[in-house]
Amino acid sequence: MTRSLRLRAALISVLIFAAFIGSWHLATRGTGAVATMTPEYAKLMGLTATQGKSAMPGPLDVGAKLWEHMRRPFYDNGPNDKGLGIQLGYSIARVGLGYLLAVVVAIPLGFLIGMSPLLNKALDPFIQILKPISPLAWMPLALYTIKDSGLSAIFVIFICSVWPMLLNTAFGVASVRKEWINVARTLEVGTVRRAFTVILPAAAPTILTGMRISIGIAWLVIVAAEMLVGGTGLGYWIWNEWNNLSITNIMIGILLIGLVGMLLDQILARATRLVTFPE
Amino acid sequence: MIDKFISIEGIAKRYPGADGGAIAVFENLWLSLPRGEFGCVIGHSGCGKTTVLNILAGLDQPSDGVVIVDGQAIEGTSLDRAVIFQSHALLPWRTVMGNVAYAVSSKWRGWDKAKVRAHAQTFIDLVGLTGAEHKHPSELSGGMKQRVGIARALSITPKIMLMDEPFSALDALTRGSLQDEVRRICLETGQTTFMITHDVDEAMYLADKIYLMTNGPGAVLAEVVENPLPKDRVRIDLHRHPYYYALRNHIVDFLVTRSKTFASMTPDHDPRRVPVVRPQLSEPALVPASGSHGPAQASAR
Repeated sequence: MTRSLRLRAALISVLIFAAFIGSWHLATRGTGAVATMTPEYAKLMGLTATQGKSAMPGPLDVGAKLWEHMRRPFYDNGPNDKGLGIQLGYSIARVGLGYLLAVVVAIPLGFLIGMSPLLNKALDPFIQILKPISPLAWMPLALYTIKDSGLSAIFVIFICSVWPMLLNTAFGVASVRKEWINVARTLEVGTVRRAFTVILPAAAPTILTGMRISIGIAWLVIVAAEMLVGGTGLGYWIWNEWNNLSITNIMIGILLIGLVGMLLDQILARATRLVTFPE
Repeated sequence: MIDKFISIEGIAKRYPGADGGAIAVFENLWLSLPRGEFGCVIGHSGCGKTTVLNILAGLDQPSDGVVIVDGQAIEGTSLDRAVIFQSHALLPWRTVMGNVAYAVSSKWRGWDKAKVRAHAQTFIDLVGLTGAEHKHPSELSGGMKQRVGIARALSITPKIMLMDEPFSALDALTRGSLQDEVRRICLETGQTTFMITHDVDEAMYLADKIYLMTNGPGAVLAEVVENPLPKDRVRIDLHRHPYYYALRNHIVDFLVTRSKTFASMTPDHDPRRVPVVRPQLSEPALVPASGSHGPAQASAR
């Protein structure tokens, strides 16, 4: 039953994909020669004018270009012409660094907030005000203070991924079942051992859910941040291709962002499943 | 001198009331239990019996008074006092072995892994869970979970075992077999045990002493009932024993009527000298419903 359900769902997915690609192809294909002109003039005008081809690239153009990128992902012809693999590497490295920094700060701090009702109340107004600030609003301040665009981008990733992790950790730690804490108390388990053997495993699913939300936000923000700071990264590359008016490359960039975002989310989802316990 | 292995001396528990005053769940409560005996507190919900157990466990502090265990005033929780929780409170991310081993390694910090596991295995075997060591709590039935709870409590070889309505969430058949198990283990090991319940039959089967508490707020320990049934009692023909109905009626009468009227009927009740009652043979006639305890002997200690 579940097998046939999955099979049918896959079939429908394939059909939707085929319909999308098909209509995309039909909508952007050339209509044949629309005007007669001398070959030199036609060369200058391009296919849009001579063959009635849409200015939008079709799926075949995107596919061909993608193939080209995949064959040479790591070439480096100077600041404005690097392989897609290099750009992607920069983006992932920035997200990774900022995100790691956020983990290092948010999880211990979330633990403290979750375990201490006093700290929870005292820090709550700050968190409530800082949390809704768009991470990009920090960018000018970061550029001014840090004086390095690369580090500023990492800071922006840090500041946007810290909140969901902090709040989820605090919530997860604060809502550990009282009876599990009591078990540790009756066994005279010390504070540190209790934190690692009872509170951490009990709160882990909630903490990882926060981490999963964070990685999603971080990946959303990195594209925008790189468009601002420039130099390297997927966001910069897309903006650069916009300046080059290469719609094909922009589409490839969009597709790549989606794929990598899905991959990051799946990694965290897998990790969440590993620490989730059935009750 | 009476052996007072556990001695609760004048404890009170008060909560701030809505009008600024304090509401006392119970005041000036005195209770003692000799070593190796099984004590059972019985009373209606809200009489503070769980609070008494939590104070004994060290999970809750009394507003007044002290609890002395084995000659020492208790202070907080201790590995000497193991608790079996009503909701079993197993750590769901650990296996049966993991849960018991967690307690063992908490008591004996220096033991290596093999020694901890071997010790834990003894107690898993004792409660009849051999073969289920690697299962997680979610794979166990309610009765099996509580068996793990018992194994965990026993594995740290506590001076006293505290049980807070441990079988109330189980079906009747499972409850019966677990009661048998607990009785066997307590008799074999001479474990001092203190249990909270609202099940009369459970108290009669398991306990040596049954503490009757009146209704709260302002609950008092009204009577200590000594179980007149023989030590080698078996659950199947418990009800055929001549003292069975005398004991049962006495407790049920208390719970039905006297637990409500006790304070007004007994104005000179001395909480330090709670009467000890040992229900004996009752006449085969109808027991008066007025709550008289028939030919029960009352003697003050």
